[in-house]
Amino acid sequence: MRRFTKIFTVLVFIFLYIPMILLVVSSFNRGSDMAVWQGFTFSQYGELFRDDSLLRLLGNSVLVAVLSSLAATVLGTAAALGIHNMRGRMRRLVMQVTNIPMTNPEIVTGVSLALLFAFVGTVLKIHSILGFWTLLIAHITFNLPYVILSVMPKLSQMDPDLAEAALDLGCTPFQAFTKVVLHEILPGVVSGALMAFTMSLDDFVISYFVTGSTFVTLPVEIYNYTKKPIQPKIYALFTLMFAVILLLMVVMNLLQARDSKARRARTRLNQRREPSP
Amino acid sequence: MKSRWLSGPYILWMALFTLIPLGIVVYFAFTDGAGGFTLANLARLGDYLPILLRSAWMSLVASAVCLLIGYPVAYRIAHAKPSRQKFYYLLVMLPMCMSFLLRTLAWVALLEDTGILNNLLRAIGLTPLPLIRNSGAVILGMVYNYLPYMIMPLYTVLVKLDPRLIEAAQDLGCTPRQVFTKVTLPLSVPGIVSGLTMVFVPAVSTFYITQKLGSPGSVLIGDVIESQFKAAYNPNLGAAISLVLMALVFLCVGLMNRFSGSDGEEGVATL
Amino acid sequence: MKKSFRILAVLLLAAVLLPAVPARAAEAGGSINVYNWGQYISDGTGGTLDVIAAFEEATGIQVNYTTYDTNETMYTKLKTGGSSYDVIIPSDYMIGRLIAEDMLEPLNFDNIPNYQYVDESFRNQAYDPDNTYSVPYTWGTVGIIYNTKYVDEVTSWEALWDEAYADKILMFDNNRDAFAIAQLLLGHSLNTEDQADFEAEADLLREQKPLVQQYVMDQIFSKMEREEAWIAPYYAGDYLTMYAENDALAFSHPEEGFNLFIDAMCIPKGCTNKAGAEAFINFLCDPEISGQNLDALGYSTPISAAKEYMDPETAASPVAYPDEATLARGQAFSALSNDATQRMDALWLDVKTGGSNTTVYLVAGAAAVVVLVALLVFLQARRKRRKARRGSSRA
Repeated sequence: MRRFTKIFTVLVFIFLYIPMILLVVSSFNRGSDMAVWQGFTFSQYGELFRDDSLLRLLGNSVLVAVLSSLAATVLGTAAALGIHNMRGRMRRLVMQVTNIPMTNPEIVTGVSLALLFAFVGTVLKIHSILGFWTLLIAHITFNLPYVILSVMPKLSQMDPDLAEAALDLGCTPFQAFTKVVLHEILPGVVSGALMAFTMSLDDFVISYFVTGSTFVTLPVEIYNYTKKPIQPKIYALFTLMFAVILLLMVVMNLLQARDSKARRARTRLNQRREPSP
Repeated sequence: MKSRWLSGPYILWMALFTLIPLGIVVYFAFTDGAGGFTLANLARLGDYLPILLRSAWMSLVASAVCLLIGYPVAYRIAHAKPSRQKFYYLLVMLPMCMSFLLRTLAWVALLEDTGILNNLLRAIGLTPLPLIRNSGAVILGMVYNYLPYMIMPLYTVLVKLDPRLIEAAQDLGCTPRQVFTKVTLPLSVPGIVSGLTMVFVPAVSTFYITQKLGSPGSVLIGDVIESQFKAAYNPNLGAAISLVLMALVFLCVGLMNRFSGSDGEEGVATL
Repeated sequence: MKKSFRILAVLLLAAVLLPAVPARAAEAGGSINVYNWGQYISDGTGGTLDVIAAFEEATGIQVNYTTYDTNETMYTKLKTGGSSYDVIIPSDYMIGRLIAEDMLEPLNFDNIPNYQYVDESFRNQAYDPDNTYSVPYTWGTVGIIYNTKYVDEVTSWEALWDEAYADKILMFDNNRDAFAIAQLLLGHSLNTEDQADFEAEADLLREQKPLVQQYVMDQIFSKMEREEAWIAPYYAGDYLTMYAENDALAFSHPEEGFNLFIDAMCIPKGCTNKAGAEAFINFLCDPEISGQNLDALGYSTPISAAKEYMDPETAASPVAYPDEATLARGQAFSALSNDATQRMDALWLDVKTGGSNTTVYLVAGAAAVVVLVALLVFLQARRKRRKARRGSSRA
């Protein structure tokens, strides 16, 4: 059984990574067709670095993704805590509303949000209201359900007496939250934040409608490449993104390993110094 | 309880940026191009019923496949060495950071008749297979795209399962199979429900995947709604269809939550 | 763990803020918002001219350049409001629609002296009869691209209905272009709004559907170059791009006629820098700029003087610049009424989805609903029983 799940997991990872590998390989291909190898070249990377507009768009995408996922995580975690303490009809109603942004086809969400923003724009007499802020608001809105849906299962798994116990032991409610509850639900919060980040980084339909003439993100630009086949420098861009994120992950993993080793050593030291009662 | 106010900002946010736009959608669904009240958009929905059912069916299949594939993986990751878990779990998420369009195009290049896989088959002397332009390819596209959203919530639930429960079950004489069906599986239901919701709900309204991987003219409801807002200049009909889609999704999610026995009293997640 | 997340956050923020800092300050000439098709201007890739950089350098006007994927999304965006654009480059029929809905500003041709270079044959087109609102950017024709290895010489749209090429035929995935082919075969006008005409055209397209490999747009490039498909209707300018990759490909302007399209530059209502916009339009009409720009794109220039600055082979190509007799067979699109567009789109959806067995899905759907409801009732009953049992045992 163990071996089976192990092999199966490896296969699933291969499945998830096949297209990525193909994109990476394509970035070194001389031609633009992913399925035909025409010889090795670095020139796509040269093209990419000469095109500062693409890099600027990538910067925009990352900026919006970081800010919107942070905001959605804070807002969503708080909301999940609140919803967790609701009962009955109220709770069901709030959860229904939570599902709306996920259910609505993106183009409907995009157009209706754009209409709302445009209306606010006319009321406030802001000539071109669509831009960074409207994009950020839209991204936070469609990120929120993912955060809530990943935090809720952790909350329902948590022992409700834990927070009570912390309060009884003299914690302030805030301490009880940071020291006990947050610790318990952290995996859910982190996975919600990650999901929000990836959703936001790769959104194009909603972004297209809620953004204006000055601030555009990378997926929107790529989605509009309908006149010609995709230029291979885009593959180069994604290979670099892939490499940077992978590197960050590895570094984080190493830091964390060192962290926990240090902590373990410290506890051992403490234990030696003052034998546990 | 006291902390109920914590969801206040969220409720305000959703009222502003979800309910008001939803109101706009409802307004569109019941008006014609000139802004007059009409039921004509809803009357035309019958034409789109087969497409709607087909979309719902395909995303149900895709969610089921995601669960079958995702569960063992989430289980495996949850039982890996703690120091490695974070890494594996980020590895699941990483492909999602890359452009969905490019990844779908990569699948096209892999699956086409003159694509990479079929060229490989030909090179080793086998007959090429019809890998693309069928429902299977569409399901593959959906599963590929939404699988991480299944693995994430399953993992977060599985990793916190109290190992003492499993030990207790073993001590009481359960076989490994019984431990799984009587203890692990029931306790991971909240994760399963979250995962199914996160896969099914966006998959129903997906578009683009069918255009690239499906057979000629295989159209899902997401594509129809998109074309109403684009080529057909008929946002009113598009809004009406998406309202019906939303109703269908709420029905499905509601049923799923009943099925998991979580309608409030036990306080399990979602709905 | 928390620490490493903090490090990650700092790194990400640094990565984000670095490119954001050196945002160019608005220069003397102010700025303009240009809204164009994706990949529809020469951007310096592979040593070509970077048109926008050249314009900014020449005039000191800063360009905010954004893109759209179809005429229709551009239209939706303009209609929705909330953002302002100074230059847009829609196609002929869309310009007609925008004029009819009073969404364009009349141009001041005193600011566009280079308009003198635009060929007479591209002025005063049906979509803008008095030439008040638009200046042509590029033009092209739609024809049949086919692979000479597998397909005999093509002279008629009939070839797209030839069973010998079953499953190797590609077709436009957009209603207007697809219907246009049927319209040409049936001898209808490309701008008909008659429902009976539409029905007949849809029937013809339904007949073709079993032979079609896929309805595509941009994917056509790789499919034709790699010989995944053998025959497809598409734009002449794009044929030249494909021919560069696979020289077995040929192009035909069918005898029944073909669509001739013009994409032109306009200024939408609500623009904030009209003078800047006109300077941009004027710049793109400069023969040298137009020549180099369209040489990189592969589409035809409406400015004969620009051919001097193009690859002589392209300038002499009968595909890009067909002779007078051929051009006479070309027909342009004009704007269809809203109602006609919706009728055509409904029929197009029916063509695409028809044939798949709809009753099967109805039955399957109904069965699924019945099963779900039964399950629900059963579970509810069981839970009630269980609760009752629990209650009694507690008591």
